[in-house]
Amino acid sequence: MQVFPFVVVVWILAVGLYGMVTSRHLMHLIMCLIVVQSSTYVLLLGVGYKTGAVAPYFYDIPVHTPAVDPVVQALALTDVVVEAAVTALLLAFAIQAHKRFGTLDPHELVQIKG
Amino acid sequence: MSPRLRRWLFLAGMAGLAAFYLWGLGGLPGFGHYPGPYGDIINRIAVGQTKATGVVSAVNFEYRGFDTVGEEFILFVAAAGVATVLRHLRGERERPARDQAADRDTPPTSGAIRLVAVALAGPTLVLGWYLASHAQTSPSGGFQGGVVLATAFILIYLSGQFLAFERFSPVDVTDAVEAVGAGGFAGVGLAAVVMGLPYLSNFLGLGGPPGAVSSSGTIALISFFVGMEVAAAFVLLVSELLDQTLLVGSG
Repeated sequence: MQVFPFVVVVWILAVGLYGMVTSRHLMHLIMCLIVVQSSTYVLLLGVGYKTGAVAPYFYDIPVHTPAVDPVVQALALTDVVVEAAVTALLLAFAIQAHKRFGTLDPHELVQIKG
Repeated sequence: MSPRLRRWLFLAGMAGLAAFYLWGLGGLPGFGHYPGPYGDIINRIAVGQTKATGVVSAVNFEYRGFDTVGEEFILFVAAAGVATVLRHLRGERERPARDQAADRDTPPTSGAIRLVAVALAGPTLVLGWYLASHAQTSPSGGFQGGVVLATAFILIYLSGQFLAFERFSPVDVTDAVEAVGAGGFAGVGLAAVVMGLPYLSNFLGLGGPPGAVSSSGTIALISFFVGMEVAAAFVLLVSELLDQTLLVGSG
């Protein structure tokens, strides 16, 4: 049984989470969140993959050609859009935090509290 | 919590996750052995039902079109959220964009960058519209096309100055385009209701050979509106963030 892609998924997730937990800078933390989220792309595309199948586009191939699952690919697209939206909002919050407290270190921000 | 303790807690949690994950992997069909019926069924029927040869777009704009309305509004709300969070706070005022260290020479934008950025802006715009309006035939769609369209405006910023970028994409116009894009998608759905069909039914005639732009009814129309919305949202996000760095001071 071939499980390597699913191991890659959990590895990307773990690396991103480790970065978030040990982060000393909000920008770094947001980048790590993006890494965590990219693990879901690999998972979605890995779940829908079928050995020997083509992409689900039938412009110039017969309709009955075996193709990979289009539903998870559409979900991956949703995932990318939501990630972009979340990242933009978080960056805006980081800008405001820096303006207000003069630091982007999560540990210092916790100590300021307010 | 000390960083050290935090790290140990994390490693303990990850060990637990890894154990459960490996256990769960035992029950998964291996990579490449796709089990579910949904993908196969949709691949078989989508081209006949929607006349769209790009099944991913058929799923996005037809089978789960209602989900995509929500998805589009996530982006809409996020852009509004960024504009709200970054509004001018008390004690902030706009200052003209000028160099804070007057004695330091800022190199002007190099001629090579200007030339490449200006030369690329037009083709990028065309490519963006092409992608946004060909969702039904090829790997593209409003979301991808919209991002490429926004890139054309960001190239203008790269090639010249912030002020040129503002002139090409004034906030009022961008806001209006974004609203039309988001409202257009919801409106296409409502138009079906007015005709007595369920929300977001494909009420335009399906015709022509599979693969033609007009072949799959509302899919191209919805994709077009999504492209508008996404492009405007990204231009808005970028100009909000640039505003913060270039115009707003705390003095």
